[in-house]
Amino acid sequence: MWVLLGIAIIVAGFMLRFNPLLVIVVAALVTGLAAGLSPVAIVAAFGKAFNDTRYVSVVWIVLPVIGMLEAYGLRERARTLIDGLRGATVGRLLAGYLLLRQATAAIGLTSVAGHPQTVRPLVAPMAVAAAEAQAGDLSEAERDEIKAWGAATDNVGLFFGEDIFLAIGSILLMKGLLEQYGIVVEPFQLSVWAIPTAIAAFAVHGFRLWLLDRRLARTKGRETVA
Amino acid sequence: MITLQWVYGLAGAVFAAFALLGLRDAGNPRRFRNGAFWGLMAASMWGGDRFGDFGNGLLVLALVGIGALGLGRSDEGDVAPDTRAERAARHGNRLFLIALVIPLTALAGTLLFKQLPTLVDSKQATLISLALGVLLALAAGGALLRAPLALSLHQGRRLMDQVGWAAILPQMLASLGAVFALAGVGEAVGGIVRLGIPAGSLFGAVVAFGVGMALFTIVMGNAFAAFPVMFAAIGMPLLITTYHGDPAVISAIGMLAGFCGTLMTPMAANFNLVPAALLELRDEYGVIRRQIGTALPLLAINIALLYWFAFAAR
Repeated sequence: MWVLLGIAIIVAGFMLRFNPLLVIVVAALVTGLAAGLSPVAIVAAFGKAFNDTRYVSVVWIVLPVIGMLEAYGLRERARTLIDGLRGATVGRLLAGYLLLRQATAAIGLTSVAGHPQTVRPLVAPMAVAAAEAQAGDLSEAERDEIKAWGAATDNVGLFFGEDIFLAIGSILLMKGLLEQYGIVVEPFQLSVWAIPTAIAAFAVHGFRLWLLDRRLARTKGRETVA
Repeated sequence: MITLQWVYGLAGAVFAAFALLGLRDAGNPRRFRNGAFWGLMAASMWGGDRFGDFGNGLLVLALVGIGALGLGRSDEGDVAPDTRAERAARHGNRLFLIALVIPLTALAGTLLFKQLPTLVDSKQATLISLALGVLLALAAGGALLRAPLALSLHQGRRLMDQVGWAAILPQMLASLGAVFALAGVGEAVGGIVRLGIPAGSLFGAVVAFGVGMALFTIVMGNAFAAFPVMFAAIGMPLLITTYHGDPAVISAIGMLAGFCGTLMTPMAANFNLVPAALLELRDEYGVIRRQIGTALPLLAINIALLYWFAFAAR
């Protein structure tokens, strides 16, 4: 049972915000010692596993391509596309952004959009403007809520799009971990199974955005009655 | 035959370029640490098979030491916004087409190379195709955008320094899984978990795995870290060994169940708290509040999908 100490160290170390690399090494040492391994054997076992799973870090060879495209205006081009969504209701605007974010993340472009790149300068102000066109003037709290919807939509789009791209850290982490247990899978086999969830995420979040539109329409009705 | 060694050769060259460019990055006060860190990664890619297990272990300890001390970065080499806007207008959607070269090559190569087992190591077809895709995309950029290779490497180095030591986190967690497997962590946790799941209940085990991934992610703020733990605890001993589920489905959808947890936790500050500050929301948890309504139904859907595709539909 003492081997479970390693899990406790991972949980506590991440919660207390120690450097995760240190937390992992300490957890490995403690787990190994608890299982009766010598420190040298633990370092060797970790070193062997690190060498066997080098392909997990191969993903970073895509960075020169992304850097090149960004230097040639990829982010600016993405902004133009998002700007083209203007004029719709807030629900349709954000559903369009959700689709765009999922699609770009699915081809590996996780950094063309994001909170600093697109949500703060574009999506949030466009969403607030659309909501005010739908429901009339909004209170500060309501404005905050609409902006928060923008940030939430970005996260949902990123999380449930990126795993469709097969050269993303989480896919290769899974491949590497499975191999440590003697199971060999191709990254492609893992990434196709992200597709059903990606569709479900669009359906669930899209439905909630449609509900938001309906609520804003009712708000407007109430104002005219008053 | 083209094997994974060729991919490691390319990756080593890319990391070596990051290291050398990092050393020359005068705006970065910690440039020697960056150079050493990426240099060690290059050494691992190129020479890992010759260092021996203990040697590789020492290399890991050195990486962790440098990473824990902290890497630096600079904004040197940024392309001016005006230049980028002008180029974006000129190249338009061609930029997305070049980006598509990588996933399309990876997809086509994965399918095609299986037919050419004498030319390409078919077990590693995806990774070899990925490397090929990167080379093709760089060539396409050179031809269509007139982008010199030096610029691409320099911009790649800049992005790499933004990621920093976190770049090796997935590889470290995969390696931790090996120590967990060696020490019998899965068996130990499996014994405890079996007490909580009705005996012989496959559905109970699937729910425990999915909910466990979400809960561990909420606590740690990181689905990557939760994955080796839950895999050793329930995924491997129960879902795969006892119930013979499909490992690819269990892993892929299990990780996505963890992502549902990421949507609900202030521990994932980058995604949930930083944007709230960036948007100047009065409610620090405003973003999380909007996400819970998506995360909970999606977690239930993930558990159902996992149950269906890994077991029922087989």
